[in-house]
Amino acid sequence: MGQIQLNQVTKSFGDVNVIPPLDLTIHEGEFTVFVGPSGCGKSTLLRLIAGLEDITSGQIDIDGQDATNLPPAKRGLAMVFQSYALYPHMSVRKNIAFPMKMAGMDEAEQTRRIDAAAKALNLTDYLDRRPGQLSGGQRQRVAIGRAIVREPSAFLFDEPLSNLDAALRVGMRLEISEMHKRLKTTMIYVTHDQVEAMTMADKIVVLQAGVIEQVGSPLELYREPRNKFVAGFIGSPKMNLIEGSEAAKHNAHTIGIRPEHLDVSTTEGQWQGTVGVAEHLGSDTFIHIHGIEGCDPLTVRAGGEVAVKHGDTVYLTPQMQHLHKFGADGLRIS
Amino acid sequence: MATQHSRSAARMMMAPAVILLLGWMLVPLIMTLYFSFKKYLPLRGGDLGWAGFDNYVRFVTSSAFWPSVQATLVIVGGTLLITVVFGVLLGILLNQPMWGQGVVRILVIAPFFVMPTVSALVWKNMFMDPVNGLFAHLWKFFGAQPVEWLSDASMFSIITIVSWQWLPFATLILLTAIQSLDGEQLEASEMDGAPVLKRFYYIILPHLSRAITIVILIETIFLLSIFAEIFVTTGGAFGSRTLTYLIFQRVLESQNVGLGSAGGVYAIILANIVAIFLMRIVGKNLDA
Amino acid sequence: MARAVTNQRKAINTAAAWAVGLLIFFPILWTILTSFKTEAQAISDPPVLFAFDWTLQNYSDVLDRSNYGRFLMNSIIIAGGSTILGLIIAIPAAWSMAFVPSKKTKDILLWMLSTKMLPAVGVLYPIYLIFIKLGLLDSRTGLIIVLMLMNLPIIVWMLYTYFKEIPGEILEAGRMDGAGLKDKILFILTPMAIPGIASTMLLNFILAWNEAFWTLNLTAAKAAPLTAFIASYSSPEGLFYAKLSAASTMAIAPILILGWFSQKQLVSGLTFGAVK
Repeated sequence: MGQIQLNQVTKSFGDVNVIPPLDLTIHEGEFTVFVGPSGCGKSTLLRLIAGLEDITSGQIDIDGQDATNLPPAKRGLAMVFQSYALYPHMSVRKNIAFPMKMAGMDEAEQTRRIDAAAKALNLTDYLDRRPGQLSGGQRQRVAIGRAIVREPSAFLFDEPLSNLDAALRVGMRLEISEMHKRLKTTMIYVTHDQVEAMTMADKIVVLQAGVIEQVGSPLELYREPRNKFVAGFIGSPKMNLIEGSEAAKHNAHTIGIRPEHLDVSTTEGQWQGTVGVAEHLGSDTFIHIHGIEGCDPLTVRAGGEVAVKHGDTVYLTPQMQHLHKFGADGLRIS
Repeated sequence: MATQHSRSAARMMMAPAVILLLGWMLVPLIMTLYFSFKKYLPLRGGDLGWAGFDNYVRFVTSSAFWPSVQATLVIVGGTLLITVVFGVLLGILLNQPMWGQGVVRILVIAPFFVMPTVSALVWKNMFMDPVNGLFAHLWKFFGAQPVEWLSDASMFSIITIVSWQWLPFATLILLTAIQSLDGEQLEASEMDGAPVLKRFYYIILPHLSRAITIVILIETIFLLSIFAEIFVTTGGAFGSRTLTYLIFQRVLESQNVGLGSAGGVYAIILANIVAIFLMRIVGKNLDA
Repeated sequence: MARAVTNQRKAINTAAAWAVGLLIFFPILWTILTSFKTEAQAISDPPVLFAFDWTLQNYSDVLDRSNYGRFLMNSIIIAGGSTILGLIIAIPAAWSMAFVPSKKTKDILLWMLSTKMLPAVGVLYPIYLIFIKLGLLDSRTGLIIVLMLMNLPIIVWMLYTYFKEIPGEILEAGRMDGAGLKDKILFILTPMAIPGIASTMLLNFILAWNEAFWTLNLTAAKAAPLTAFIASYSSPEGLFYAKLSAASTMAIAPILILGWFSQKQLVSGLTFGAVK
């Protein structure tokens, strides 16, 4: 249960073509993350799968059945919205019960599922409150509870953590990941945050302007980005992309080197530059370096104890085995 | 935003309202157009045949026409000016910290609940009457000659009455808008050294522009067709005959339906000119 | 603003606001007070504010003179009927405009509002004729229909602005949860929109209650509401201030009382849903 297949799916709003023909298979039990900058069509894609939008052409199969023309509720999917979309006039219990009530499930079964979900999500003490009386994290859990009780074949998450503060976000991220390990249900998760994508996904789908740039596991994308866009999008701090004469030495239009793959020295090295800002995080130091041709500033991730300051001259040496090469068309040269 | 299915359902749900309003607009409009080309006197022979553009010419060349257009615009414009200016001032005052704010707010909005016939009668008799009215008492107290308000200052009097009715509405809308003004913005401008008047002019007033637009739109809709206030007070005499009232007199008092209908068409045209003008502004402001 | 306000400044504000508030309220207060005076006291110079012999004579005179109960009933039925009928027609329309907007939605909305600008007097005679043909003249049904049509654009507009505040994601959640159109309106939309609907209802009830063009021109004895009741005091009875005041008080009291009990919705409704 929970395999989703998109065949030549397109979507246009009027004359604007948001999703050009697109193929994608999401396997059963997989945690798939759609990631990309805002406006890349990732949310639209999710809504097409959910059935909240009609597709313009193509076909969506869910568990081998053509679901293209099924209404959202008949697709066996549950969705957690960015704003949580809780019903403000209903108690937490009623919110969670609503999909089961709509499905006409008997009361005893409803109660059993609500109690189980509340227990799993630490909501037992809050069942009779209204959403307005809950914190952001609790609301998020209610939204997840409403999804769980339907026992869907797949969960859809639309940027579910973007309304939480940073600390809570890390916690919820773990909770959702653990829920996936426990339930082993297919999950599709939309985010613009590549950290969420890297930490949660079995499979990442990188989108730009409605086009899939690359599909793969987090480490595949990290190690072998298929093009410059993916290279720049995955990884933090961002990969340094260097153009010009330095790239030409490697027979490439652009070369890319991640900040963690640069060795820094105050005495000798391949490239020479001047420190602009050094950000000391304790565990790491991010050094922004000016004066290197083709990439300004260049970012280096060094150890926490590196003592450089504004104005110092430093020397850098890229680790050649981690150098990425891209052609004039932006594609990777292997 | 939505699927095909919900879109057609939406059209179905909109249909009754749209069809009813279309009928409410078109049927009487077409009949009015029809009558406006007729010589039609219900009490003096009824339908006396086609009149061509006679009614239109007669209505517009009658000595009452231009003064009535002028009276309409003066009443609408005067009331708008008074309610907006005092509404802004009152809104700012009511937004200040004070004791009993809720009660004051109720006092201020109370006139809105008074039906126009009542307020016109009360103002006309109990306040503006030159012998027994409260104003007459007041004037005499100061040794002045009481004013014959409704004949000597008819327009001013009517505008006063109408403004009293509509000030609550303007105040409430503007107060709500003022309450939504970001306090930090005002503090920032204070830090920047802007004096009170400049703060009002550069920060508060622009913030209120949408609210003011709404006040103007809604009031104009209602003010263009005020009737009871004139019907009860001056009966259209002393230069207070608005276009609405003039047509009313032609149709009901002189029973000249053809002439009145031609006047109705003029009124509709005038209203449409105002409407287009207003809709332009509102259309722009509606989403903002 | 996050700033300490001195009590002195607060006292000045209070005094100024109360002074202005009472000044604006004064005509109503004066009317109510006068209704308890004798005719002689009502026109006495200098006027008396409270120190007079309170009497209910005027009220009994007014009740003797005209059938207040019937005017009141007519007002309630006409204002209430037109408001409820208007809501029944407007709720689905506003719903679809707010949640399934198309490119034409805004145009339709503006067009609806613009019908409100058509001067009633321009179509008085045609409506008059239609009413005669359909036997609606001086009937409550006729007025209910006309006032409903007159206020329909305002009702649609207000409901639209209230509905727009309900986030679209909530309705999508409802769709995902398997709620059909009926379920969505019944279980999600209506409960969430009740405050807005109440405000709309209240405002339109008041507008219909106070409407004084069609109610004066399309009724005679049978269906006349309180606007006509009070217009009959226009002259020469208007010179009997105490009785005029009693009649006026009786005409506006129901609305003032209604307003007093529903301040919150009313304040929201009075802004026509236009500002938040």
